[in-house]
Amino acid sequence: MKHAPDAGGHFGSFGGRYVGETLMPALIELDEAFRAAAVDPAFNAAFTDCLRDYVGRPSPLYFARRLTEHFGGGKIYLKREDLNHTGAHKVNNTVGQGLLAQRMGKRRLMAETGAGQHGVATATVAALLGMECQVYMGEEDIRRQAPNVKRMELLRAEVIPVRSGTRTLKDAMSEALRGGTTEVRTTFYVIGSVAGPHPYPLMVRHFQSVIGTEARAQILEKEQRLPDVVVACVGGGSNAAGIFSGFEDDASVQLVGVEAGGHGMASGQHAASIGGGRVGILHGSRSFVLQDADGQIQNAHSISAGLDYPGVGPEHAHWAKTGRATYVPVTDKEALAMFHTLTELEGIIPALESAHAVYEGGRRAQALGKDAIVVVNLSGRGDKDIDAVLAMEAQGK
Amino acid sequence: MNRLTKTFHDLKASGRKGLVGYLTAGDPDLAVSEANIRAAIEAGLDVLELGVPFSDPTADGPTIQEASMRALAAGTNLGAVLALVGRIRRDHAIPIVLFGYANPFFSYGFAALAADAAAAGADGLLVVDLPFEESAELRGPLAKHGLCYVPLIAPTTSPARAAATLAEAQGFVYYIMVTGVTGARAALATDLTEHLRALRGVTTLPIAVGFGVSNGAQAKAASQHADAVVVGSALVRAAQEQRVAELVRELRAGLDG
Repeated sequence: MKHAPDAGGHFGSFGGRYVGETLMPALIELDEAFRAAAVDPAFNAAFTDCLRDYVGRPSPLYFARRLTEHFGGGKIYLKREDLNHTGAHKVNNTVGQGLLAQRMGKRRLMAETGAGQHGVATATVAALLGMECQVYMGEEDIRRQAPNVKRMELLRAEVIPVRSGTRTLKDAMSEALRGGTTEVRTTFYVIGSVAGPHPYPLMVRHFQSVIGTEARAQILEKEQRLPDVVVACVGGGSNAAGIFSGFEDDASVQLVGVEAGGHGMASGQHAASIGGGRVGILHGSRSFVLQDADGQIQNAHSISAGLDYPGVGPEHAHWAKTGRATYVPVTDKEALAMFHTLTELEGIIPALESAHAVYEGGRRAQALGKDAIVVVNLSGRGDKDIDAVLAMEAQGK
Repeated sequence: MNRLTKTFHDLKASGRKGLVGYLTAGDPDLAVSEANIRAAIEAGLDVLELGVPFSDPTADGPTIQEASMRALAAGTNLGAVLALVGRIRRDHAIPIVLFGYANPFFSYGFAALAADAAAAGADGLLVVDLPFEESAELRGPLAKHGLCYVPLIAPTTSPARAAATLAEAQGFVYYIMVTGVTGARAALATDLTEHLRALRGVTTLPIAVGFGVSNGAQAKAASQHADAVVVGSALVRAAQEQRVAELVRELRAGLDG
């Protein structure tokens, strides 16, 4: 595996395994099982077949002509992860982890979810593989993302409301870690991002790397050259890690991660862990974390539930430190404007998460000029956000 | 000799089982918390585990989660906890172990923490989410200042893994009786005897067992093959109900009876 962390899961000075002892033996076992599966042709064939026939891969790389004209700069291509089954990139990873859970003889999947996309993707794979499924979700997110809650329930997953703390993704993940500790012997914990303890950041990147592998081949076919910039939104960072990993070795390609700028960096109300946090330890790994002077985790804020998280995957922290990727904030307002712009110009309703990336992609294309090529990962579709957006705008927020 | 080592040595010599009590520092504020801690010590604790509150206590059940939130809401930080240790140390020789999560300690700086904790009169550190693999960074400074690195061992820990971990440990070992989070439970683990026998095979350190003990009868049962029992959530709840000394005496009677 290229660019693998060390045996303890460290990407430079980030990552590792900061969990209670009860979980450690399970993480070591998972690491061994994952490494064995990743080099097993039968496992890889099952994964690839499922991505093709069930998820619908490869996802297209779409030249967004009207969006390009709107910005008047370089060509903007959208990697259409929104067209995947269940509507986002999340399913690439849940298919991989679900097959791995099956291979390890586990009968029950457990997940945390913010926007509900990962919860839906996990519940979907549980149904596909005939497994039980439990999803931890903050009460605030249950309210914000009602359609996804209904989908999970239809899929026979048990949605467990989390009432502690911020009642969003951070506390859903804390509660999932508690549940995972209790059910460590029977349940496979499917983490949805490149966050958490090793091997999750490596494993999730591995399963999501299909995005980057495809996008690189597709742009070479369409343009006979590599893009100048690849842009993706970053909450925990799984869609970004997936697409970045395809271009990591292409030094000419700039990798840009877009964090949720919320009400603006100066307001302190944001979810930009790299842009506005400092190094700390949260949910199993060392990375950039939003925290106060005493090391208490601060509440993140974003219009998009999927980015509303005070941490970020350790490999992103490593890329930020080494300079291989750069990270910039896009505000709620900018993302919301792009949610409408893309819908009106291209007939594509983006997830609010992805709208952050599209906004930055447009800005880059404009700045670089006509000869440039920008690839944006359109990580998910926005159906889940329609009610919340309409309600917000009715309130005049 | 470190106060922890001495306490367990004396307990053994007198044929008694130890009582390790956990209270969250600053719950519901520093003054009330200090009064509860003093009451618990005076009622017969052998070791004090002083919880350093953290915003995201992933190994704790509702009782200690809520205690942590109350303490944080009252403005408790690590500096205030260390000052509290200093005040208790002036009056009591009881060993004090700081019990918490990695990030507040990391944020303070492991080297500064070890120096300040030792100066305040603490005897060891127990960091819930800092497993052996990640602990070297903390163990160095602790050793330099004569503080014990107290590890947790779980039912899922293999004997080989326990041996590697305990080779670097001092003071005592905290055995988690159940797979799960902290909190009072109706029944104790059924496989405790077997696990403790395996653990005795790889270490000579005293063993304290915890997670789920809430009354005198449970304390007695749990202590049968251990050197001490840890009581946390039940003590936190008792503190809220102003009967912390009463519970300590009940636990003490259970262990001695």
